[in-house]
Amino acid sequence: MADIDTSGGGGHKKGGKKRGKKLSTRVDFTPMVDLGFLLITFFMLTTSMSKPSVMDINMPVKDEQLKDEDKTKIKASQAMTILLTGKDQIVYYFGIGEEVQNPLVTNFGANGIRKVLLEESRKRNPSLDSIKIFKQMANERRITEDEFKANYSRIRNNKNGLIVLIKADDKSKYKNLVDILDEMNITNNGRYAIVDMTPGDLKMINDNPYVKK
Amino acid sequence: MGKVKVPRKSTVVDMTAMTDVAFLLLTFFMLATQFKPEEAVVVDTPSSISEIKLPDTKVMQISIDKTGKIFFGLEGTEFRKALLDNIASKRQITFTATEKEEFSKLANFGTPLSELKSYLGMSKDQRKKYNEETKGIPCDSTQNATNELKDWIIESRRVTNSAAVIAIKGDRDSNYPVVKNIIATLQAQKANRFNFITNMEQAPNL
Repeated sequence: MADIDTSGGGGHKKGGKKRGKKLSTRVDFTPMVDLGFLLITFFMLTTSMSKPSVMDINMPVKDEQLKDEDKTKIKASQAMTILLTGKDQIVYYFGIGEEVQNPLVTNFGANGIRKVLLEESRKRNPSLDSIKIFKQMANERRITEDEFKANYSRIRNNKNGLIVLIKADDKSKYKNLVDILDEMNITNNGRYAIVDMTPGDLKMINDNPYVKK
Repeated sequence: MGKVKVPRKSTVVDMTAMTDVAFLLLTFFMLATQFKPEEAVVVDTPSSISEIKLPDTKVMQISIDKTGKIFFGLEGTEFRKALLDNIASKRQITFTATEKEEFSKLANFGTPLSELKSYLGMSKDQRKKYNEETKGIPCDSTQNATNELKDWIIESRRVTNSAAVIAIKGDRDSNYPVVKNIIATLQAQKANRFNFITNMEQAPNL
């Protein structure tokens, strides 16, 4: 079907009438298909499909001149400190400074830090679970995308909500930092900061018998 | 004695439909994709549920490989040329026109300034070998001249009018102190907004 018809229109030489040769208009497409697939393969291998996804980070402005009393104070009842250390371990405690409760050790599993964060956020921010409802409403087009975003950030940044201080020590990996920031997004916690580790925190990790060295 | 005649069927298939499909796919791939930039390092990024995409233009990318070496890249050949000019005048290094041309083609690089000149003169294979042995761009906790990453960031922001989006592409196994130094360097430049490049991951159902 697709090959070139070489038989032509001949075979009737008896008649005196001269007839123009009937040439087939069929062209062999096989080389063209070959070429097409070759180019597809080339483009598939040399190009990248989509842009990578990114995680947005906002660091507080670092101002050397800022006096201690100007700095934002957070209530001890709202504060939670997460210390990241080696071997994918997390040490966390509630409160600030002297009123610190017992530091606890956990990990990045679904029953680890995520559970703790969810429980604590729900305790302080009862409207947290309504994000799910808003999201569904947005999916069903009952509220607009903008309305969803407004509600979402209002609930996330609830002023009584949990404030998480993330501190990573020198043994932790970059992955741990990204994972904990991801947990913040998963648990819809909008109030967190990456802070430098204090000597007291470091001592808390090193003196803890449950932290694997 | 009737012989059963098996009709001879043609084995030739119509290729037209296949051509159509092949070229349709070809058109799709040409339009939907873009060429991969030649990366100097392989970075295995961690995953997150974030759905924000990296913008198309003016991206300043700081890559960290798994041993903690830092690589730097700025998008746009014109910006790269201007960037090298600024760095050259700041550090009193002169580059030839061919070296500048070579630099404008680099998607990213990880050489200390002292070795940049020889790196630009290398062939593709030599560069590959060099990138395995290099120490990466020097970056420390100070904001002095030893922190070369600082200069690259300052000048990149200058040539792009501070419009460049800063993206950090770290390997999951790179150590945190390296990241800490980079963040401190960025913060010292008052670049408090930046992005971590991650793989997309399905959000868990809570």
